[in-house]
Amino acid sequence: MDLVVQIMFGVTGLLILGAAFMVVSVRNIIHAALWLITCFFGIAMLYLLLQAEFLAIVQILLYIGAVAVLVLFAVMLTRQIDDPDEPVLFQRWRSTLLITAILFAAVLVPTIYNHNWLIFADPQPAFAGPRELGFAFMNAYLLPFQIAAVLLLAALVGAIIIAMEDQEQRRVRVLTLAEEVALRGEREPSPPTRPANPQPASSSSNPTPPPAPEQAGEGA
Amino acid sequence: MDIFLIVFLVVQVLIITLAVTTGFAYLTWYERRLLARFQNRVGPNRAGPLGLLQPVADAVKLFFKEDVIPTASDKVVYLLAPVLAVMTAIVIWAVIPFGCFNLNGDHTACFDPARRDEVWNALQVAEVNIGILFILAVTSIGVYGITLAGWASNSKYAMLGGIRASAQLISYELAFGMAVLSVVMFGGTLSTWEIVLAQEGLWFFFPLILGFLLFMISATAELVRTPFDLVEAEQELTSGYNTEYGSMKFALFFMSEYIKMIAMSAIATTLFLGGWRFPGLETLGDGVAALAGPWPAAIIVGLVSLGSFLLKVAMFLFMLVWLRASWPRMRYDQLMQFGWKSLLPLAILNLVMIPVVVVLVPDNRYIQTAILFVLGIAAIFGAARIGGRGRVKSKVELVQPVAEGKQASAASSAPASQQTSGVAS
Repeated sequence: MDLVVQIMFGVTGLLILGAAFMVVSVRNIIHAALWLITCFFGIAMLYLLLQAEFLAIVQILLYIGAVAVLVLFAVMLTRQIDDPDEPVLFQRWRSTLLITAILFAAVLVPTIYNHNWLIFADPQPAFAGPRELGFAFMNAYLLPFQIAAVLLLAALVGAIIIAMEDQEQRRVRVLTLAEEVALRGEREPSPPTRPANPQPASSSSNPTPPPAPEQAGEGA
Repeated sequence: MDIFLIVFLVVQVLIITLAVTTGFAYLTWYERRLLARFQNRVGPNRAGPLGLLQPVADAVKLFFKEDVIPTASDKVVYLLAPVLAVMTAIVIWAVIPFGCFNLNGDHTACFDPARRDEVWNALQVAEVNIGILFILAVTSIGVYGITLAGWASNSKYAMLGGIRASAQLISYELAFGMAVLSVVMFGGTLSTWEIVLAQEGLWFFFPLILGFLLFMISATAELVRTPFDLVEAEQELTSGYNTEYGSMKFALFFMSEYIKMIAMSAIATTLFLGGWRFPGLETLGDGVAALAGPWPAAIIVGLVSLGSFLLKVAMFLFMLVWLRASWPRMRYDQLMQFGWKSLLPLAILNLVMIPVVVVLVPDNRYIQTAILFVLGIAAIFGAARIGGRGRVKSKVELVQPVAEGKQASAASSAPASQQTSGVAS
């Protein structure tokens, strides 16, 4: 049985590493998100191998079910941003690689070797169950738990403030074409507010701003 | 012995998968017949007696259709999406107890939470101590099938459907999870088996009436069924995320939707209607044991509990079909407003209410139930009052007064019913 566990650990580790490598090397950004999900799954499997079922399920619930869905959602809402001409590798990747390799060797490797890992020879089912974790959160680690909660709340409020529209500029509903024309008509004396509006070459000789109905058509 | 257990497990999994898939096929028949009844039609009645062979005919038709992959699609993701959708729909079934058929031949152990180790239940695949979390996790993965299908098809309709679906599922997952959490709080456990046992003599439907309502609403939204089916609104999105899918791949999406429907009904049964419990089941088991010995008792208890579970599931399925037959579709902004501004605050209120009552009221389940029931009903009516205030009442006039002779001819050319958008709410 022990051999089976070790083989599964090896396969899971390879899966995680491979998926993580694919995340940073794949060009298509949706594929990268999918590989990220694969990587999260692998980590959940590692938790299962450590007999921490609760953590494994929470990993799936939070990272795959919430975080990665939001990542995917945000990526789908953006335009096609994978440019085939753009190099995947950063220009100074050699020096970056050197620095990260040195840091890895100097910091992580000694830590991993010197740390006293709590690995039990026999299964300890009640070690990381929901009941034990709940007691730990509400007794021994109450302060960190609440500080984390306040931190998350602050992040939430910040996100709302960033996303909040200006009350005056907010439109209650989509305007009809006539209303849009009337609205533009009021603002007519001012120059076109959109600087990125590309002027076709044929009309570049004509200095007057484009007629209002056309703009309204774009806006509506 | 070890090998035998593994083989037994595999057989169990195979049987449940097949049963669920067959259940899907017949659910389509059930729904179509019922919808026909609701709409004063007959429904499919040609293939076999009562149209019972209709699902078989449909399956054969779908199998023999041409399997098309759009050239502009992302092939790997396009093929992966239906697989993900069906897989998550089937995996939910692992933790749901369908009944209690104790293969150790002792039916009394089924009713005693302390004797969990003595139960070898043939009617549940996996009894894990975090079954509820497992259900939540698997349903949250279900979004991927729809979202990826929408993206990989490389079609505007599919993309819009996929984006709508992911926004809707993310929004309603919160209320769904909180409604489920109320059961966990009142039952004091995360295991589906123990939740069923904790409902001895008192189904959680009564104390958690508010949670039940929230669960049913958000579960309907998670299933993207009417009135929340704007993900696949035929009139505006052709068919939403599965527009570009044909043949068996479309059937897989269809299948995942209906299997999820059965699964949600099963979860609702387990959480709120006492799972496989039925009044008098234990007495029946004791009686049979006294007459014919322990083994017949175990078998009888197994069969009756399975039957009662299926009966309750069928009732929920009927409710879902009824809902589809009688409700119009919500608008997108209404859906989001309802999810975030009505459902979520109610879910939070529910989560606050239950622990307060459970801690303050002395250890008597029935007093707690009475208080929670009254509070829940009050919360539902209060929310309805607050939500209904300020809404524009729509004036639907189906018949124009005949007195004005001029307008009568005008009314015949233009539809007399002036339906505003408020009707849909």
